[in-house]
Amino acid sequence: MTATAPTTPVPPGRAASRTGAGPLSAGRRWTEHGLVFTAPFLLLYALFLVWPVLLGLKMSLGDDNIAGTDSEFTGLDNYAEALRDPEVWSSLWNTVWFTLLSTVPLVVTGLVLALLAHHLRVVRWLWRLSWFAPFLLPSGVVGLLWLWMIYPSDFGLADLLLNSLGLDPGIGWLTDTRYAMLSIVLTTVWWTVGFNFLLYLAALQATPRHLYEAAELDGAGAWRRLVHITLPMLGRTTAVVVVLQLLASLKIFDQVYIMTGGGPDESTRPILQYVYEAGFTGYRIGYASAVSYVFFALIVIVSLIHLRITRRFREETAK
Amino acid sequence: MGADRTRLRFWHLYGGGDGVNMQTMLDAYRAAHPEIALQASTLQWGAPYYTKLGMAGAGGRAPEVAALHLARLPGFGPGRLLDPFDLDLLAEHGLDRKDFPAGLWRRGRIDGAQYAVPLDTHPMVLYYNTDICGKAGLLEADGKLKPVRGTEEFTAALRAAGKVTGRPALAVETLGAGTVGPWRLFSTLYSQTGGTLLDERATRITIDDGKALTALRFMRRLTEEGLAHRRLDYNGTVGVFGGGETAFLLGGEWEVSTFANLGLPFSMTRVPNLFGHPTAQADSHCFVLPHQRDRGGESDEAAHAFVAWMLKNTVEWAKGGHVPAYLPTLEKPGYLELEPQSEYRSVIEDVVLDPPAWFAGSASSMWIELGAVLSGVLTGSRTPQGALDEARARLQALLDTPDPLGGDA
Repeated sequence: MTATAPTTPVPPGRAASRTGAGPLSAGRRWTEHGLVFTAPFLLLYALFLVWPVLLGLKMSLGDDNIAGTDSEFTGLDNYAEALRDPEVWSSLWNTVWFTLLSTVPLVVTGLVLALLAHHLRVVRWLWRLSWFAPFLLPSGVVGLLWLWMIYPSDFGLADLLLNSLGLDPGIGWLTDTRYAMLSIVLTTVWWTVGFNFLLYLAALQATPRHLYEAAELDGAGAWRRLVHITLPMLGRTTAVVVVLQLLASLKIFDQVYIMTGGGPDESTRPILQYVYEAGFTGYRIGYASAVSYVFFALIVIVSLIHLRITRRFREETAK
Repeated sequence: MGADRTRLRFWHLYGGGDGVNMQTMLDAYRAAHPEIALQASTLQWGAPYYTKLGMAGAGGRAPEVAALHLARLPGFGPGRLLDPFDLDLLAEHGLDRKDFPAGLWRRGRIDGAQYAVPLDTHPMVLYYNTDICGKAGLLEADGKLKPVRGTEEFTAALRAAGKVTGRPALAVETLGAGTVGPWRLFSTLYSQTGGTLLDERATRITIDDGKALTALRFMRRLTEEGLAHRRLDYNGTVGVFGGGETAFLLGGEWEVSTFANLGLPFSMTRVPNLFGHPTAQADSHCFVLPHQRDRGGESDEAAHAFVAWMLKNTVEWAKGGHVPAYLPTLEKPGYLELEPQSEYRSVIEDVVLDPPAWFAGSASSMWIELGAVLSGVLTGSRTPQGALDEARARLQALLDTPDPLGGDA
């Protein structure tokens, strides 16, 4: 449940090369060989993804408890209850709100950092390293690190600094409903912006130099080169980054669980935490499964939009 | 040796200072019982522990004996996930129900069978810094806190102590990740008004709005008037009181070793009677027998004997702050010499456990949910009336949800 860590980066353009029936799909033997090669993956995929998904669906239709005893088929009862449960809606909204709040700064900051790293001529390795390094930290480390910086009881580093500047701290970074979610967003941006940064940097370096040279000959300044060449050339990357970011942000759990536990007053509790609480504190695995399927529906919608966008790009590149 | 030793597995959730004390007790047990191969496992406190224990019981391959919070017993599938004690066998090893407070013993009894034997009770207590309280003129000649009764006397004491330190005089957990402190405080204050949460069978809400609002308004007043720190998480309460910056701490007695190790000048007493009843919120650690498909024989007898032995040696356990449930311990010189642990022992007659509902007890759904709601009263984000309405709605939702481990009953 790592919040923003898709395991495989998808460089722009790779999707295009997979399309259509290439020469490889012509012979049957290749398919057979392919199966052999992909079998280890397929096996794990089936065991740890497909099977749990199907099992979860079955559980969501019953009153399964955590001990796995005496479960009965209850049809759509769990779903009906989930749709009526105000806590499902409030935690779902928290997840969506976090996604909206985090996606914009994560994409924009990633782009700005990439532009900086691309153009800065001194100690380039340092910029790249320092902007990407936080992404490599496990969520637990990040959560605790930030927790100690903006501690809930006025002990934190941030409060200490403000205090030494003669400012009264007393900002409820994690304990005031007005700031708690923003603090989580801040933490998340620091932690995962490196991934978007990397995608943008790769795309920048792939932009053909001759475009810039031509523009310079025509007398375009730095600003116009940015607006009329760089940004349009990054369009496809942006689409990928935004969708990957939406999907990653929707999975928010770790930072919140560690830093606020969903508080104050459940104002940062994401839907995944509610699923966890229903299942592991409340022991209602069936109900928890149903709530996660409700959430799954939302993810599917976002993924379908993703598919549409990439397909449109493919068609454009095919033209 | 080896093969002919009886295997006895014990699962528990005691970490920190409790873990050290438990280890000492287990070592003593091992030394006294070379014929028993005791395998003790410490699991992570809270929901993870209960998840594991429940699943082990469901599979019928559970350990011989385990720890449980007494208030969680009704939701823990007694009869299905837990096996009852054999009272005759306990008696053979010298344990009798008369050795326990009637209330705690009764809470371990469900449908005529004894599923839990209480080890202790762990109430909310009042810690006080003897230096600060001395300067504020709040101590008797013998160095103990002058009796405080009623909200006016209590707030006057807080004001006096606050003048000495120049900061709020009371530390109480008001917020934090998975906060339950606000629930403990509310439960204590509300019980002192004589109010109840649910009826005796835990099927219906019996909250008295007037009494609940009295408690909630007082909670609000504590932080609003600067008598208590407004924003402290659990570690924060230990931090400010342990740092000697705050005169009072309302919290669980189990931090006694922490403060003693810090060399802090402090003592402890019962939560003052503010609203007419001298009660305090508590839960109780107890022993249970997780369900084993083939329970019986030597290992089962060893489990009963183990429980009896542990209870008779609870002076060690009391060092961690808990009040032993085995009443003869309370009269042992070794216990009475424990300071300040023996100061509040009389509270054992006045502890208030959660109502016997499946969703109640330590680290339960009710604690997590109401802890979050009541936190708002202390921090100021909810009005007392708003919190009461929300708490009522949450309780009703929990009541409307069938016990997930309850089977067909």
